Amino acid sequence: MLESHPDILRIIEEARGDGWVLEAAAKQLFSLAGFAVPRFALARTTEEAHRFAGEIGYPVVAKIVSPRILHKSDVGGVAVGIGNDGRLAEVFERFRGLDGFQGVLVEEMLSGIELILGAKIDVQFGPMILLGMGGTGVEIYRDVALRMAPLTEKDALAMIDGLKARRLLEGYRGAAPVDRGKLTETIRIFSSLVMELEGRIESIDINPLLCSAGRCVVADARIILKSISGTVSR
Amino acid sequence: MDLKPLFEPRTMAVFGVSSTNYRHPANEIFTKNLLRYPVKVYGVNPRGGTVNGQSIHRSISEIPEPIDLAVIAVRADFVPDVLSECIRAKARSATVISGGFAEAGKRDLQERIVAIAQEASFPFVGPNCLGIYVPSHVDTFFLPGERMVKPAIGNVSFVSQSGGILVDHLIKFAGEGVGLAKAISIGNKALLGELDLLDYLAQDPATRVIVFYIEGFGPNEGRAFVQNAGKCGKPIIVLKSGKSAGGSRAVSSHTASLAGDYASFSAALSQYGIVEAANELELISFCESLSAYAKPIQGRVGIVTVSGGHGAMAIDACTAHGIVVPALPEDVREALRKNLSPSVREIASLANPIDLTGSGIDDDFVATAETLFAMEEIDCVLALLLPYIPGITADLGAKLSSVATRSGKPLIAYVPHVEKYAMLIEGFELNGAPVSPSIEGAVLMVEALRRNRPC
Repeated sequence: MLESHPDILRIIEEARGDGWVLEAAAKQLFSLAGFAVPRFALARTTEEAHRFAGEIGYPVVAKIVSPRILHKSDVGGVAVGIGNDGRLAEVFERFRGLDGFQGVLVEEMLSGIELILGAKIDVQFGPMILLGMGGTGVEIYRDVALRMAPLTEKDALAMIDGLKARRLLEGYRGAAPVDRGKLTETIRIFSSLVMELEGRIESIDINPLLCSAGRCVVADARIILKSISGTVSR
Repeated sequence: MDLKPLFEPRTMAVFGVSSTNYRHPANEIFTKNLLRYPVKVYGVNPRGGTVNGQSIHRSISEIPEPIDLAVIAVRADFVPDVLSECIRAKARSATVISGGFAEAGKRDLQERIVAIAQEASFPFVGPNCLGIYVPSHVDTFFLPGERMVKPAIGNVSFVSQSGGILVDHLIKFAGEGVGLAKAISIGNKALLGELDLLDYLAQDPATRVIVFYIEGFGPNEGRAFVQNAGKCGKPIIVLKSGKSAGGSRAVSSHTASLAGDYASFSAALSQYGIVEAANELELISFCESLSAYAKPIQGRVGIVTVSGGHGAMAIDACTAHGIVVPALPEDVREALRKNLSPSVREIASLANPIDLTGSGIDDDFVATAETLFAMEEIDCVLALLLPYIPGITADLGAKLSSVATRSGKPLIAYVPHVEKYAMLIEGFELNGAPVSPSIEGAVLMVEALRRNRPC
């Protein structure tokens, strides 16, 4: 994967100074690696934000872009369901006051079940892949499956079936089921990517991975790089 | 590296034996092997002298024959020289009992002995360990022979980072009738670790089940361990401690937080079909059932008892572990009813669990077991026996075991463990069926068979 996409390594090297790959760059990386990502643009000014929102159509999502903010929701740095220019301008102004503000990510609003797909390089066991119910409550519900990479298709299916919320994915109470094939494939590609990045990363969160009947989309992601100096800058 | 001399030594040299300090650990090791084991043992100490009427050699080079196993129990500072001396004298292996290495902050000293051994491809266990105990062969534990509780010879081998945990489990093995093949205390595991012993024991014909007590692995060692364990073909049981350690580190991602050291450890183990025991009760139960039955099951259990309460408790325990208790079809129930004794026929409950009531006799148990073992839907039978029921004889264990053996499916029994019921228990155990002293323990035995997935 890395040979055919040298840009993946370029993105990682450019993020070295921050210690982690910010959302926009991370999404670009995942897009290069073959993952579906939402349409998004980085707006430095309100005008740019309005122009892009106009192109994709309201409602949109807005997220703070700052190398100093690792968990955007924790500081009120995510706004969803923005319906018009006025509301977008308000959000833009509010984000401007947050630590390390560099701009606003304006993104199409997608629906689906929020999963987390993550990776961690374990000292004893090497690359581990995590699949679970995602969103901001992920560490409260802790409904996750964990396996050592690389993963086979059978591993990926066992992880999906190992979740307590499995029935939610299978079309609970009349809802359309999540595309199991797409999800399995997404987990497989992720596992391969992680195996190739093993020496460069510490952990990855794709959270949420938005899954619906038709697709699995990387709606937010961060990649924590392996620290060379011993600490990760926040 | 050839590990065989560690476990099957014909000759042994014990370094550190003292003619003046009889409490020296080396003396204990020397004396017990001299008096109790077939291995030919020599004492070594530069000061010479005699112990137990045997003269002590001043150096390994004075010993008239080649040494298979050197047991080194001298002060840590002297270990590098002793090790080099052993290598020069063409000894084939060693266990380094001495403490005072990495565990005492002396990492350099430990690295030195590893380098010496590696250069000569010389295998050693330790340092800071008890070493090796192979029943009827060799014993390097410096514990007084008369105070050790020794399990019967059997097919379970136990590798432990902690000597104390190992010796305590041998006591439990003896109490529950688990047989031992080899016990290895690896201490600081400076040269030989879990991975080397796994590879050796996987090939060892005397070992059918391998148990590990693990505190932690070195970098990427865990990955190699689970991968080799998954290929080994023998059931592997792991007891882990230090599960709560490492929680204080700052964690920057949700994944790193959710996939902590222990979560990753546990997940990797189960991914490769290694059976993780949560505690000592589980460990002993898992050892008992996996040493009896190596073939994995799906976990669909038929339960026979003479007490509704025992059946209900067993169902609850099965459900908690995700073990299925399938219902008996109508025609099977009717056929079985005809085979029961007249006084039981009318009152027995033939759902699953099958309750033969306090009027049940041996023949009713045998008829029920035959029915359950014959069912496609059932892959294991649990017999919950109350030995004080009038119709049950001390022969029942042997009778049920023979039904199980014919069927090729596992039988697990619960019998209260008191001296009075020993004959009933023996009837099972001598015929290879494990017996638990608790209902929960019996269900854990089923659970072990379900979780075990050798290739």
